[in-house]
Amino acid sequence: MIENKTEGRVIHGILVVASVIAIYPLLSIVLLSLNPPGERVTGFTIPKSISFENFATAWDRGGFGPALTSSAIVAFTVVTVSVVFSTLAAYAFSELRFPFKNATFFVLLAGLMLPYEALIIPLFFGFRDLGLIDSRWALILPQIGFSVSFGTFWMRAAFESQTGSLVEAAKIDGANSWAVLWRVLFPIVRPATLSLSALLFLFAWNDFLLALVLVPQNESAQTAPLALSFFAGQRRGADPSVIAAAALIVALPVLVMYVILQRRFTQGMTAGAEKG
Amino acid sequence: MRRPPLLGRRTLRGPQPIAFLYLLPAFAFFVAFALVPLVQTVLLSFHEWNGITDRTYVGLENYKQVFTDPAIREALQHSIVLIIFYSVLPITLALMIVGLMVRVRVRGLAWFRAVLFMPTILPLTVVAVAWRWIYAPTGPLNKALDSVGLDVISRAWLGDFTFALPSLGLVGTWVTFGLIFVLFGAGVQKIPTSLYEAARIDGAGAIREFFAVTLPALRREVTVALVLTVTAALRNFDVVFVTTRGGPGTTTEVPSVFIYRAVFQTRSVGLGAAIGVVLMLELLLVNLFVLWYRRRGEDGT
Repeated sequence: MIENKTEGRVIHGILVVASVIAIYPLLSIVLLSLNPPGERVTGFTIPKSISFENFATAWDRGGFGPALTSSAIVAFTVVTVSVVFSTLAAYAFSELRFPFKNATFFVLLAGLMLPYEALIIPLFFGFRDLGLIDSRWALILPQIGFSVSFGTFWMRAAFESQTGSLVEAAKIDGANSWAVLWRVLFPIVRPATLSLSALLFLFAWNDFLLALVLVPQNESAQTAPLALSFFAGQRRGADPSVIAAAALIVALPVLVMYVILQRRFTQGMTAGAEKG
Repeated sequence: MRRPPLLGRRTLRGPQPIAFLYLLPAFAFFVAFALVPLVQTVLLSFHEWNGITDRTYVGLENYKQVFTDPAIREALQHSIVLIIFYSVLPITLALMIVGLMVRVRVRGLAWFRAVLFMPTILPLTVVAVAWRWIYAPTGPLNKALDSVGLDVISRAWLGDFTFALPSLGLVGTWVTFGLIFVLFGAGVQKIPTSLYEAARIDGAGAIREFFAVTLPALRREVTVALVLTVTAALRNFDVVFVTTRGGPGTTTEVPSVFIYRAVFQTRSVGLGAAIGVVLMLELLLVNLFVLWYRRRGEDGT
């Protein structure tokens, strides 16, 4: 590449501006939330004194303890079950022979296009008839159903990118399909599995619509984004600093996970795009 | 790279029934919670129902209403407008930036990538709350405009009949840009520098280089970006619901919020289902178009 000083500086400048824009909204609410309670804040101001009281207020008033727990339970369950089921199905697609393989894969893949926005209607009435509205199952079960399309697609690609030598060796040793899957293939594709888990966790944690429709009233089962929307929607005159603190409470787990796993997310998304 | 399945039982060529067991869990959930609801939504769209008493079959009445009711058409139009903000704008910006990026070595690219990608991972309710503050009458945007003397422009952005929709649109741009940028950034890294050298030898300037080398090589990434962002624009629910709920008036009405209101407030479940089906068909069209576009590209090269 030719090193062009001016172009280099221009590009650098553009990226800096873009980064500032990317961070600015988050930074705004961080600064907003750190103000002492009751302070009339306008615009983008550095707080004169830092106070964490808004966080305590938001936590208590918004019931974010149960909400975060709920989000965690739902997300972990969805991810674990989805990854296991997707691995099993992907194994079948990648290693086993059965009729109509392409057609069934196509049907599963079509699931990637389905919008929740339309499907929540029968889901709501179905769960209502089963008496499962307002329970965590109402959130966990559909999300598994939605996640296995993406998960199977992902794991199948991971399995197919493996060369056959280890599997051949296991087969010669007399291993059956189950053993080959869990003792040989699955350990090899650990990076792909971790990326998938991170992505599915993100999708499950960030879900809002399913929670809004299916857990409308049971506060102990409501997830964090839902609790935040209720909290932020109440009382139009409510203190924006407290609402900002609440938003940060909800964002924090995802941000922490992002900081730790950042490489995985960006690599995961772009790798997924390549496969797609 | 595809290779044939490696495992066989007694027969070397025959089908393996055990595959059924491996497929069962995933498919059971998929059928129960995705396919069956899909069919049910379609069926519901042909009925009129308030959610409690009996359903009445009404044929295509709901669909007629979808295409003639001005409120619904407005919502559909708004979702198309949002495509410009969620898709066209950030993809164009990202292409320009990435096009420039290939010509120079950027220091700290990993750091930029990490920061720019961050908005994509945030829960949308958090995004909505943050931007609601920025757009607030006493919020940072207006304060910034006032401080440079542009206070004629400052207003309650999300309460303004003209500017509410574009304001929400820009939130979408903010969310999707990072993903697109990272996607394209990874894509250009795969372009062999020999192509650029060849172009330069031919005397190509920056712009020709972009259209001759960079853009064609990014075809796949552009199609993925299009699918993801257009889908997000058409399905958009969270941000609108938490900020404006379709207001002021109906200026930020979008199909997903309309469905929610139809099913849970005005109790026209069939109508909501019909809008949902239309939404699904739109998404299907987008995916098919993109697939076709990519096939065309792959044959061409």
